[in-house]
Amino acid sequence: MSSEAKEIICIICPVGCRMTAVRDKNSPSGFLVSENQCKKGEAYGIEELTNPTRVLTTTVKINPGIYNRLPVRINGSIPKNKIFPCMKVINKVEVKAPIKIGSVIIENILNTGCDLIASRSMKAS
Amino acid sequence: MKENSIVNRYDVVVIGGGPAGLAAAIEAKKHGAKSVCVIERDKELGGILQQCIHNGFGLHIFKEDLTGPEYAERFIIELMESGITCKLDTMVLDISEDLDLQILNTYDGFMHIKAEAIVLAMGCRERTREAVNIPGTRPAGVFTAGTAQRFLNMEGYLVGKKIMMLGTGDIGLIMARRLTLEGAEVRAVLARRGYPGGLMRNVAQCLHDYDIPLMLRHTIVKIIGKERIEGVLVARTDEERKPIPGSEELYECDTLLLSLGLIPENELSKGAGVKLDPATGGPVVNESMETSVKGIFACGNVVHVHDLVDYVTDESRRAGKSAAYFVRKKLKENGLLIKTEPGKGIKYIVPHLIRVDNLNKSLQLFMRVREVYPNSRLIVKADNEVIKKSRKMHMTPGEMDNIRIDPKILQQRKPAILSVQVKREEE
Ligand SMILES: Cc1cc2nc3c(=O)[nH]c(=O)nc-3n(C[C@H](O)[C@H](O)[C@H](O)COP(=O)(O)OP(=O)(O)OC[C@H]3O[C@@H](n4cnc5c(N)ncnc54)[C@H](O)[C@@H]3O)c2cc1C
Ligand code: SF4
Repeated sequence: MSSEAKEIICIICPVGCRMTAVRDKNSPSGFLVSENQCKKGEAYGIEELTNPTRVLTTTVKINPGIYNRLPVRINGSIPKNKIFPCMKVINKVEVKAPIKIGSVIIENILNTGCDLIASRSMKAS
Repeated sequence: MKENSIVNRYDVVVIGGGPAGLAAAIEAKKHGAKSVCVIERDKELGGILQQCIHNGFGLHIFKEDLTGPEYAERFIIELMESGITCKLDTMVLDISEDLDLQILNTYDGFMHIKAEAIVLAMGCRERTREAVNIPGTRPAGVFTAGTAQRFLNMEGYLVGKKIMMLGTGDIGLIMARRLTLEGAEVRAVLARRGYPGGLMRNVAQCLHDYDIPLMLRHTIVKIIGKERIEGVLVARTDEERKPIPGSEELYECDTLLLSLGLIPENELSKGAGVKLDPATGGPVVNESMETSVKGIFACGNVVHVHDLVDYVTDESRRAGKSAAYFVRKKLKENGLLIKTEPGKGIKYIVPHLIRVDNLNKSLQLFMRVREVYPNSRLIVKADNEVIKKSRKMHMTPGEMDNIRIDPKILQQRKPAILSVQVKREEE
């Protein structure tokens, strides 16, 4: 296993700490993260080395809404390599207006354990 | 056009229904303004947030990671429940110094509104190609990143398939990812300087994640194409951000997006005689977010460009509360007045003036640095005495910094000038 330090930019908050993360047998977590300004950065650094995840936001077709597209999001983080497969699934759906914010559009999308939900309410046109 | 003879009167009129206007209106009502009216030219409230469908909003205010529309909806619901009048599809045409507004819409026609206090919350607009003067033809396919964002996220229209981007503002970085997700190829993102204009987290999660090349110290020297753009000539830039002759290279593309930053939208403010700060492009304001014209307040991107909507909300709450206090004659106009002064390395400070008697908790100064400063300190001086030092791991012009000052120190020392400067750790 590589013990090389990896430079990671923390994306958890806009401070955007430039951290270094490295595997370290002597630390309780098995990793050593430095230059992070808070605890969340440490968790993110470890995750980036082991199982990088992201929040996906996009839009779906809505009919007959006041706009053509409804903004949607996945209500959690999904593995990075699931992003494009999820986009494929999402681009096939179409929803009906009116819709309420938080409505589930696709349940447990691609078995990620997360749902695709509406990011806003939208009236019918 | 019919002239409506009815003159409406409100305690507080807020111009613009984006996050700044929403927060200001809600807070004005909470603090005792009897009648509050928000005027918005768009068909719904929320401002630019409705097209910012990505997450990253609300981490400070709600301790949650929200998308732009989710953030907006929380405030829209609160506004609707608090008995505030809302005029949508309505344009404010002019404001006079005695707080008379001329407005226009299709349902009232042309109308005057009289306000006891006004809050300017018109946001900002994007810099356009004309602002940088790229030579070449003027074909179709050149958009600002924000226009492309609205087209894609609200209308469902993808601006192109093979995209070059000039500028590294946050909107541009976010659009690079968004277009990639929708199947377009973003060939490269160019920055004339040696550092990106937007937040590092956006460089990481929008460019690095999708292997989109970030070309620092490059610019576009020519646009090529007749009807539709066919390509751009890219050149390296020198220390002064000028293109280096002989370094040009052709990049084919069907679309050029511009993400060259934002400018506060102050045509109305100028008309009302509000004094502007050339460094921010927005009004000169005091601790209560009041402009040089008595009774006219301002907040959000109309004052200075914010990269975090949470700060917009904080600042706008202050403006709304102060507007209500002004109407209720509770705002203190006299007493100790301190001027803030950007020192070495600092581009601007907001607020510009501080009436110490109106401060209750801590005073927060917002600022931007002029260049990238790794491992440095912000040094605050009351006249010539250092009153605070704050260590910063990394400061860049792309990220707004802030520093808190205890009002008691100001009351004790009574300085005329409060200045902030940057000092590198080794200096
Ligand atoms: C295209 C674009 C994308 C952005 N993306 C992000 C982002 O991803 N993340 C982020 O944190 N920040 C982003 N910003 C910055 C963002 O603008 C601020 O965070 C925040 O939205 C500012 O709020 P505001 O209320 O000051 O301005 P805005 O949200 O711009 O609201 C101003 C409102 O005033 C209205 N208005 C203007 N003039 C008049 C008039 N004369 N009469 C009536 N109404 C008027 C406008 O229609 C608008 O609704 C973006 C800015 C732009 C321009
Ligand atoms: S380490 Fe903490 S402060 Fe730094 S970017 Fe991550 S979440 Fe923000």
